[in-house]
This record gives sequence, structure tokens and C-alpha cells, in this order.
Amino acid sequence: MKTKILAIGRHPEILQTVVRLINNNPEWEGIGANTDDEAVLLFSTQSFKIVLLCGGIEPDSEGRLRTAFNSLNPDAIIVQHYGGGSGLLSAEIFQALAK
Amino acid sequence: MAHTVLHKAETRGHASHGWLDSYHSFSFSSYYNPERMNFGALRVLNDDTVDAGMGFGKHPHDNMEIISIPLEGDLEHKDSMNNVAVIKNGDIQAMSAGTGIYHSEYNKDREQRVKFLQIWVYPNKKNVEPRYDQITLNLDDRHNKLQQILSPNPDDEGVWIHQNAWFHLGKFDKGVSTDYTVKGKGNGVYVFVLSGDVKVNDQLLNTRDGYGIWDTDKFIITAETDAEFLLMEVPMEF
Repeated sequence: MKTKILAIGRHPEILQTVVRLINNNPEWEGIGANTDDEAVLLFSTQSFKIVLLCGGIEPDSEGRLRTAFNSLNPDAIIVQHYGGGSGLLSAEIFQALAK
Repeated sequence: MAHTVLHKAETRGHASHGWLDSYHSFSFSSYYNPERMNFGALRVLNDDTVDAGMGFGKHPHDNMEIISIPLEGDLEHKDSMNNVAVIKNGDIQAMSAGTGIYHSEYNKDREQRVKFLQIWVYPNKKNVEPRYDQITLNLDDRHNKLQQILSPNPDDEGVWIHQNAWFHLGKFDKGVSTDYTVKGKGNGVYVFVLSGDVKVNDQLLNTRDGYGIWDTDKFIITAETDAEFLLMEVPMEF
């Protein structure tokens, strides 16, 4: 069973790149969301193990998203993604899975 | 009491992509070592060699301070902020990826390879407006003394980034020694030897070794041979 990863970011092209890179790993399934509403809807209807907070998410939004995700599934691991591409992505996911 | 970590050159991650040969001091791309994730806010130190006529195609970045230091050859940079520039040995380039940018880096020379350091530092502020800066340094200013090439202050020497970090380059003759005083409270320094042998206090370092030192106010760096080195002072907590 694949590890489901929700990536949230405001820059559509970068988000698309991050999701594509996640899906390059056959054991991971990445889904992207540009908006908070879309992210919460996806999170409430699917079982995500990891949430990646990508670029452009305002502090207020991040707070609301963290509260919503913790309430819906406190076991989900929320990770700040840095770099916007392939450099750090795998290491961030591996680290999250090791927790 | 100072804490230290030694990363010998041969223990770095290595990736050969044909046109790109890269040594990773910290986990990067397909190289993952949970013991080698970062040194404080210093997250990436890649020692890259790009073949003639090759390069990195258009790719994105966000929320990272990215510093490039060419060591050999010329690298052409193009980005989504309409910057087009060539960086060469003696230059330093800094880019705040912030809310997101795209860029490409190519070695346009058909005969000569490019060697450069690619350094990523975690920003102290997320989602800043993307920015690009490039300067040419006077190589004489690092001969037997430390040349500041990066700081957090736009008005200070070198380029600046969104982090409480200071970088210095040194090109020392054999036997020359200097003190380095840590500038920021809670900061550590990662020493990377570009060529030759140096000692940091009593620790001998050879070419391409890395050595982190923290919980200290100052240390002594001595060239055991003619040597070039880079000091990267970064916050240990960020």
C-alpha cells in the first residue's frame, strides 16, 4: 500500500513539480492542493500519512491547517517542505516516515 | 566547551549523472543519510562539476537561500525574474527563493568543465519576495586574511541573505594563521577546505574535508600547506 502524501502550496507550477517528484517513488502517492479549503476537503476524505507544507502558505493559514489536520487525524505527520524541488524532498519524507 | 563534527571528504555522498558529478556533504536528492542532514541552518553543501556544454535545465525553488560559488569555469544563470548572468571564479551569487522562482544554470563553454559549490541555507523568514544578487570579489582580499563574502546585512561586505549567517573565504600561504571570532550568539561555523591542509585548533583537515565547530566564541585556523578554505557561520538553532 502506497504512502499517501498531501502537498499544499500556493505556487501552482512548483506544487505540480513537487507532486510529480513524489509520484516518481513507486511507494508514494502524492496529491496537491493549492487552497486551504481544497486541502482540508482532501484530508477529510482520504487517509494521508504525511502533509507537506510547501511555499507561500501564510502563517494564519498554516495555523488553521495544522489545527484542522490534528483534529481530523492526529497521527498524520506535518512537515515543512523547503526548497521547492527535488533537492530536499526525499530526505524530508524519509525523515517523516522514520518518526 | 566547543562541540565539533568532522566530515572527511571521502565520506560525502556522491552522485554521477554523466554530465554532472556531485559530492554532497549533507543529504541531497537521492543521497539520504539521517546522520548527515544539516549543520544548523546550513542544509546543502554540494561540490559540483558540470561537463562542457551541459547544465541544469529550468527547475523551481522556494523558501531557501541559495548561494553559488564558482571555483573553475563559467556558469550561465537565467531565472524567472528575468536575470541573465554569467558567474565565474571570483564571483558569488545569492538567491532568495522565497515564494518561488524558476532558474537554469548552464556551462556554455564547449570545452571547459565548471566546478562550483552550491550551498543552501534555511531562511529565517518564509515566503519572502524572490531576489537575486551577484558580485565580483577581489581575490587579493583573501590572501592571508579572511574575506567576508556574505552576511545578513545589505550594507555589509559581500552578498546578503535572509539568515543570521556570515561566510568568509581565505587563501593562506603555508604557516599563516588567524583567529575567527563567532559573530552571532548561538552560531556555529562549518569549515570546508577547498585545497591544501589546514588545522582548526588541533584538528587537521585535508582537501574537501568539512568540520563543524560550535559552542565556542572563537577558534584558530592555520594553513599547514598553501590552502584555500570557506568558513560558513550559521545559526545552530533556527
